[in-house]
Amino acid sequence: MDSQKLETILDKHDRQPAALLAILQDIQEEENYLPKEDVQQVAKALSISLARVYSLATFFSSFSLEPRGKHICTVCMGTACHVRGAPKLVDHIRREFDVPETGTTKDLNLTLETVNCVGACALGPLLILDQEYHSNMTPAKLDRVLKPIKQD
Amino acid sequence: MTTPIKTAVELSACREKLQAERDPQRKVISICAGTGCRASGAIKLGDALRGALTEKGLDQQVQIRPTGCQGFCECGPLVVMHPDQTLYQKVKAEDATEIVEQGLGEGQVIDRLLYQDAEGKSYRKESEVPFYRHQKHLLLANNSKIDPTLIDDYLAVGGYGALAQVLAEMQPEQVCATIKAAGLRGRGGGGFPAGVKWETCRAAPSADGVRYIICNADEGDPGAFMDSALMEGNPHSVIEGMIIGAFAIAHPGQPIGYVYIRNEYPLAVERLRIAIDQARERGLLGKNILGSGMDFDIQINKGGGAFVCGESTALMASIEGFVGEPRAKHIHTVEAGLYDKPTNLNNVETWANVPLIINRGVEWYTDIGTGDVSDNPWGGSKGTKIFALVGKVNNTGLVEVPMGTSLRQIIYDIGGGINGGKKFKAVQTGGPSGGCLPESLLDLKVDFDQLTEAGSMMGSGGMIVMDESTCMVDVARYFIKFLAEESCGKCVTCREGLRQLSAIIDRICAGKGQEGDIELLEELSTVVMDGSLCALGQTAPNPLLSTLRYFREEYEEHIRDKKCRAAVCQGLITYSIVAENCNGCMICAKKCPEKAITGIKKEVHVLEQAKCIRCGICLDVCKFDAVLVE
Repeated sequence: MDSQKLETILDKHDRQPAALLAILQDIQEEENYLPKEDVQQVAKALSISLARVYSLATFFSSFSLEPRGKHICTVCMGTACHVRGAPKLVDHIRREFDVPETGTTKDLNLTLETVNCVGACALGPLLILDQEYHSNMTPAKLDRVLKPIKQD
Repeated sequence: MTTPIKTAVELSACREKLQAERDPQRKVISICAGTGCRASGAIKLGDALRGALTEKGLDQQVQIRPTGCQGFCECGPLVVMHPDQTLYQKVKAEDATEIVEQGLGEGQVIDRLLYQDAEGKSYRKESEVPFYRHQKHLLLANNSKIDPTLIDDYLAVGGYGALAQVLAEMQPEQVCATIKAAGLRGRGGGGFPAGVKWETCRAAPSADGVRYIICNADEGDPGAFMDSALMEGNPHSVIEGMIIGAFAIAHPGQPIGYVYIRNEYPLAVERLRIAIDQARERGLLGKNILGSGMDFDIQINKGGGAFVCGESTALMASIEGFVGEPRAKHIHTVEAGLYDKPTNLNNVETWANVPLIINRGVEWYTDIGTGDVSDNPWGGSKGTKIFALVGKVNNTGLVEVPMGTSLRQIIYDIGGGINGGKKFKAVQTGGPSGGCLPESLLDLKVDFDQLTEAGSMMGSGGMIVMDESTCMVDVARYFIKFLAEESCGKCVTCREGLRQLSAIIDRICAGKGQEGDIELLEELSTVVMDGSLCALGQTAPNPLLSTLRYFREEYEEHIRDKKCRAAVCQGLITYSIVAENCNGCMICAKKCPEKAITGIKKEVHVLEQAKCIRCGICLDVCKFDAVLVE
């Protein structure tokens, strides 16, 4: 991230260590992940240990320390989605896109993530592709939704 | 530019002016634009309706109002035509022109968009539909009447009136006593009497008068979304509750407010942010609120996707900028919480109840619900509770009912029973800390105490219905795995114990269960419960123990007979083609990712077991019941 942008984020939060979570969230929103240099810079700017920044960045599941894909596909794994077959969706996407354990395909086209609940439980299983919600998904319907990405 | 409201008198004047300006006979098309209906296409629908109105030159006469969640998610996107309250369901963008051309005239109704029950009877008004008829909407009542992004809409329905009354006529202690007398108990799951908490926090010493007022909006229970619906649909009711709380708990000291909200709820975050900004603009947050001399403001903190942060001490650690690890509560957070100051934390739904109690009185409130709270705030469960009714039920959505409504009424009268004509098996309440209740307990009256007695709990109000095609061992496996991943790792019993429990259940589901596994699960569960610091570990084995209590035979079948009666556990099932039903349409062969199904057109197909990975796609795509799983 260019240093000017990072400075703006730090200033927005008054360089308060209490705002560490919010600062990291803002960086990830810009960069799609947490670049190593930025994490180091944050520790320095807030005068806190690098370990503290990393402990936060690895504790919360919403952060990624690796670059994420061009498309982000999030499968809701809440209870309601689970009993309606969400695990099958994850299996299917893994297979179709050859997604490794880390979640991001080698060509950085797609990142597959799971989330514990997005609060649209009545319409599960739910899939969010690049911020667009798709309800009542099945592996068969999935192919249609993911087709444009596969060709990408 | 809006002018700040400085006194209670000005607030009433503002409300009267707003009400006078509004023509109750004006035609308004309200569209549910909660997360659920958005997923079903509500945004496109709104655009289409706006376009159709403009085309007809009606855009000035007819108002479009995007609202928060109206509850009936199954039938979304929902449209309500005001003033005659006609409810249209599953409305698509393509229906917009027809609604504008044929639905706006006096008495005009578009029959095909009305809700129809299983017998084919259609219902015109929202209040007539069985899903709504058996509910009691208090907290959700305004969701369909207001645009959550406009504070004027909230003011026009009497919003912030309770706050004005409190500031003008009551002493802080009186407010605490009122909430205590109403028997309001914490809706986040704990069921702790809010009034008692408020009084204790007020009494706790604070040298500089700082007391923190926190709204716990980290609704982490998977399968629960009532808090998100309240924040999306009526954010000001939560804010008003918090301001009243700030006065009751901290006035004349220094109350400071926080909302800790899940990052996974982008819409709720946005709506809340808009609402807080607007309240600030109107002087309802900030300095000298309504001339009372009280200063109070609210800051939003977004969570980072950790379930444990719903626990009060973990949440406070997270606000301070540390990892969300709970601490031992030798000293309660009401005495030393956030930054070691007296801190009062309540859940979203609890805060939203506060203005209702002030507006309508203790007597009215205590008439709703179970038990008697006149001497003992733990003596009953008062008011309503919102449940997220989801899973294998016909009418999924948000349901608000008085405390003490039976599971049967909720699942059958409101939920319309199990879908696909299947048989009910269990209902899971209380999220990962709760339990699964069997058919024999369907007449259980749902309140804090009865659910706990039955081995489950209220939790935040998720209610996941399961039918015969749900495997109870798999459900326990799901929750234990969930909690093993979400354990913060501080306590060994929780961190390692849950991993071991998870490994044993995995083994059982893979068909490698052994004699003695059930006993081992039970023994290990006791260790996890006894040795963990916070409620996450202490209640973690609940889903496992409740399924063992009520569905033990399923575990035994998995272990002894290597059989999963619900045909869910992949290690214990096989797929095959039913020759009599297969007409050789080739769809399954085409879709099978492993090419395990072969056959030529119009001839019976064959499934090669050695290649089958049991993904279930063939079963999904077959329209002729020709795929059997057992």
